[in-house]
Amino acid sequence: MSGGKMLRQIQFWILAALATVLLSGCGSEYLVLNPKGPVAETQYNLIIISTILCAVIIIPVLALTAFIVYRYRDTPGNKAPYKPEWAHNTALEVIWWGIPVVIIAILGYFTVRDVYVLKESPNKEVAPMTIQVTALDWKWMFTYPDQNIATVNYLEIPAGVPIHFQVSAEAPMNSFWVPELGGQIYAMAGMATELYLQADEPGEFQGFSSNFSGKDFAHMQFKVVAKPQDEFNKWVDEVKGTTPAMSKEDYNELKKPGLTEKKLYSAFPEGLFEEILARYSHGHDMDHVMKKEPAVTGEKSSETSSVTHQMSDMSSMPGMDHSGMKH
Amino acid sequence: MQQMAKHHDHGHGHDHDHGHEEHEQLKVLGFWIFVVTDCILFGSLFATYAVMMHSYAGGPTGKELFELPGIIASTFILLTSSFTSGLAVLAMNKGKVKELIAWLAVTAVLGLSFVVLEINEFTHLVHEGATIATSGFWSAFFTLVGTHGLHVSVGLFWMVALMIQLKRRGITPVTRRKVTNLSLYWHFLDVVWIFLFTVVYLMGVM
Amino acid sequence: MWENIKQFASEFFVTGDPLIYGADVSIALTMIAIVFVLTKYKKWGWLWREWLTTVDHKRIGIMYLIASLLMLFRGGVDALLMRLQLAFPNMEFLHSEHYNAIFTTHGTIMILFMAMPMMFGLFNMVVPLQLGARDVAYPFLNALSFWLFMLGAMLFNLSFVIGGSPEAGWLSYPPLSQNDFSPGPGQNFWIWGIQISGIGSLATGINFIVTILKMRAPGMKLSQMPLFSWSVLSSSIMIIFAFPILTVTIALLFLDRFAGAHFFTMDGGGNPMMYLNLIWMWGHPEVYIVVVPAFGIFSEVVATFSRKKIFGYKSMVWALMAIAVASFFTWAHHFFTMGTSASVIAFFAISTMVIAIPTGVKVFNWLFTMFRGRISFKQPMLWTIAFIPCFLVGGATGVMLAVAPADYQYHNSYFLIAHFHQVLIGGVVFGYLAGIYYWWPKLFGFKLDEKLGKWGFWFWNIGFYVCFMPQYALGFMGMTRRYYTYGWDRGWADMNLVSTVGAFMMGIGFIFQVWQIAYSIKHGERDKTGDPWNARTLEWSIPSPAPFYNFAVVPTVKDSDDWWATKQAKANGTYKEEPVHLEPIHMPKNSGIPFIMSLFWFLVGFGFTFGWVWIAVIGFIGVFACMWVRSFQYDTDYYVPVDEVRRTEASLGRVL
Repeated sequence: MSGGKMLRQIQFWILAALATVLLSGCGSEYLVLNPKGPVAETQYNLIIISTILCAVIIIPVLALTAFIVYRYRDTPGNKAPYKPEWAHNTALEVIWWGIPVVIIAILGYFTVRDVYVLKESPNKEVAPMTIQVTALDWKWMFTYPDQNIATVNYLEIPAGVPIHFQVSAEAPMNSFWVPELGGQIYAMAGMATELYLQADEPGEFQGFSSNFSGKDFAHMQFKVVAKPQDEFNKWVDEVKGTTPAMSKEDYNELKKPGLTEKKLYSAFPEGLFEEILARYSHGHDMDHVMKKEPAVTGEKSSETSSVTHQMSDMSSMPGMDHSGMKH
Repeated sequence: MQQMAKHHDHGHGHDHDHGHEEHEQLKVLGFWIFVVTDCILFGSLFATYAVMMHSYAGGPTGKELFELPGIIASTFILLTSSFTSGLAVLAMNKGKVKELIAWLAVTAVLGLSFVVLEINEFTHLVHEGATIATSGFWSAFFTLVGTHGLHVSVGLFWMVALMIQLKRRGITPVTRRKVTNLSLYWHFLDVVWIFLFTVVYLMGVM
Repeated sequence: MWENIKQFASEFFVTGDPLIYGADVSIALTMIAIVFVLTKYKKWGWLWREWLTTVDHKRIGIMYLIASLLMLFRGGVDALLMRLQLAFPNMEFLHSEHYNAIFTTHGTIMILFMAMPMMFGLFNMVVPLQLGARDVAYPFLNALSFWLFMLGAMLFNLSFVIGGSPEAGWLSYPPLSQNDFSPGPGQNFWIWGIQISGIGSLATGINFIVTILKMRAPGMKLSQMPLFSWSVLSSSIMIIFAFPILTVTIALLFLDRFAGAHFFTMDGGGNPMMYLNLIWMWGHPEVYIVVVPAFGIFSEVVATFSRKKIFGYKSMVWALMAIAVASFFTWAHHFFTMGTSASVIAFFAISTMVIAIPTGVKVFNWLFTMFRGRISFKQPMLWTIAFIPCFLVGGATGVMLAVAPADYQYHNSYFLIAHFHQVLIGGVVFGYLAGIYYWWPKLFGFKLDEKLGKWGFWFWNIGFYVCFMPQYALGFMGMTRRYYTYGWDRGWADMNLVSTVGAFMMGIGFIFQVWQIAYSIKHGERDKTGDPWNARTLEWSIPSPAPFYNFAVVPTVKDSDDWWATKQAKANGTYKEEPVHLEPIHMPKNSGIPFIMSLFWFLVGFGFTFGWVWIAVIGFIGVFACMWVRSFQYDTDYYVPVDEVRRTEASLGRVL
């Protein structure tokens, strides 16, 4: 990440130059600009690259604007040339059709590269751990299929391990976002979207809901705590030992609109997440997938991820059909 | 540029008819653009239908409920009405008002029977337990087919108004333009139906 | 019985908040005052003859303008209320549902009931004059478009007083906008207000395409047409392709709510993602629909106030058309975070960035129009110069947002909010204001006061940056849009307070402008020449205010910037005076049908909003009756005799 370090130095200068915001350095409250994991790091680098590339165009043009407006102002005695019929110059026009093309090509390269990078786990050395996320009205429920525990409005993860989130909802659409770890993904009923995040070091991070979902949306936030693997394991054991198990009734209670405090459960009904998915994917194209493999029995991550894989591959989703565009 | 210009109602003592003629042409162009927008409207509905094609949600499928013979009959009726509306335009070009009105009447009767058949079909479907609220598929079906049916019904209403005007006024630049637009509209609905018949019914039972 | 009525009234009327009671009372008082004044001065007949039934494009343009300024006021008050609520952490000024309603109506009104009518107002006020035409292609349809817009807007605003406002965001994503989560009439008001005015917009699009293609003065080739008219053509083409999609989308949403259909529901095979795709297939072109005419305005203003020909005319036209086409291939960038496949994301990221290319070219061309010109800083030019840096930065943040992986971090945050306000205020609002200042004398015969205008200008501009620059920072801090409150612990307090101050500065700017208009009606500099800015295009060749038939003699065009060429020729002494030959002028007759028909549409919308189908049925019958009556009208136009033309011109100071 030495490139990242260099970029971070440049960032200081760029932000000052742009005077976009009254950033005095990068205070810790600028979550997006303080990446704490590889995904956020990738995105941070892109933010810097795109800022620089835009600045390369904008700053000279701003200067040019100021210069032209001043030099060619209409005051008596202004000696600058005045050529009212001069209205075309092929060389100039080729240049300014050309410059943006070059900039966009460079930016496009980085963009496309990272679009593909972020679809994969950011850490090939460590096997990812799966956590299922369900957006409810107005709370976040996390189920850990491998550990068989569940939490509400509280997420604990091992540091240095890539986490494979499967995100769904049993409520209006929302968006799952932990800025310090990486960008967001939508939470939609009837399908599981996928997101990889990883915390490099132990720490506490803020999680947000970021797509408006009704009355108490503003209070629908959660804490993320990253701990070293062994402490995380200890925490799992503690949850298993000291907290109640979630029953179907508990879940039904949970999904009623309203707010809740942080909650911990030593277990959850088997296949809960898959059941939530199946409830709303009725009639979609992947209907047959759900019917063939009654997800209620949920053989845990390997199988569920194959199901959700199909669901989140939306290039095959008819919603992305371009036919409405053919005029 | 202050010089005298030839405006569209130029010439000696402002020739009213000529001015009208040009103005009516303008309205034909506008109507063509309207048809383009209507194409996009139907395009969006077709796209929706394509997305919903298999969203039965455990309810009945099209294959189970469509009765193709009736649909083929209404297809022929509509195709024929398109043909007769073409004959109406031919009669107009020959300047024969009575023949024109007669062909329009035939077209209207055929259009009406198409609408009646469609209402019949919908009633039948509802009795079989397929309503707009049954599933995504049936929502898309009723909306797409119903929108076409509504277009045909509006066309009928227009056709009646036009027949009365033709009777009163004969063939003038204005009524000529109206007949032209109406027949354009009618052919357009015919084309939409051919797509609809193929995508909804033929592909539905296959 | 009495209990039932009380029960009904408490549900029907919006109650429970002193703010709303206050607004209700002031609305009622205003209505009473209007009725009183009209009756006292016996102005009802005047109102009907001169305005409600008019088919004159200039008057329709003025009505659009008035309506849009009223809506700017309402949308602006919404914005200030929001900013007040967010000024400090844990504010209890608005509770969440009230806040949700306000951001929903703010967005809907600003785009659909402020930007759109202001744009249509400018179309109407300028395009026929600029083309040397006497009216638009279909004056009757034009009036109908206006009244459909107006009554759609009224229906939407009615939700403030009765039934309750929509609360699901300006694009009303399902499932939130479905009955389960948004019961009651609020969401239906949204659907029908937009649906009715949307039909009007579609008709306007058709109308102006035909006007531009077919109604240009003799001799004016497309390649000589002024750039504003080109931008209107580009915008109108986008309208006719985009608006039918909107019509379908919200009709389907209504079927879900009204008939229990399953298009966008969570269950029953519905697919909410389809709504996102459909609504943005309209929504993305929509933002280009409103911004492209602003580009046209800048092109006119820059050339006039630099006293120089527009630079790179052909590039400008190509750029306009390229934007129109490209705008239809970017919609999915509004939901990169939906988990779409990588190739789809990559496609839409690149297509979005590509739009920056023609837009950038336009900026360079404007700059090089000023280059080697002589720039005078009159109000229209001030707004244009202010636009350039604002739009550059807004465009740059737009490119940053197009970088899809980075967008996962910006999406739905205040970074996004700051971006689109920067392009919409810096681009659209600045542009339309420049246009209004520029063409105001042509419509009203006097200029708007420079001094008050400059006060307004500076308050708007400084206020803008104070308001929105902190919002970029808030986005980096993780502040999500549509939060109605936040805690101290987030560190968002300072930036929010600054932002609120900026918003109020813009509000003060608006007040200055209202004052400016009121002041200038009495004291504004009268325009005796018809060409107060020493401008270049045909509309400035006729007297101000433009007579109802526009051109006493339809001009023949030889050059681009034809009026400028004529003036040059006169100055050089190479101009050949031709004898003026007046002829009777063919004009459309006024009609009350557009107004009445739109009232019936209002009934349709109102009936469906409350689920009272019988009212909707009456509305539909009325609509069809109006169409029937219109179809049987053959006596729809008349001729203005030569004498009257001569008298009118003389009263405007021109002897023919």
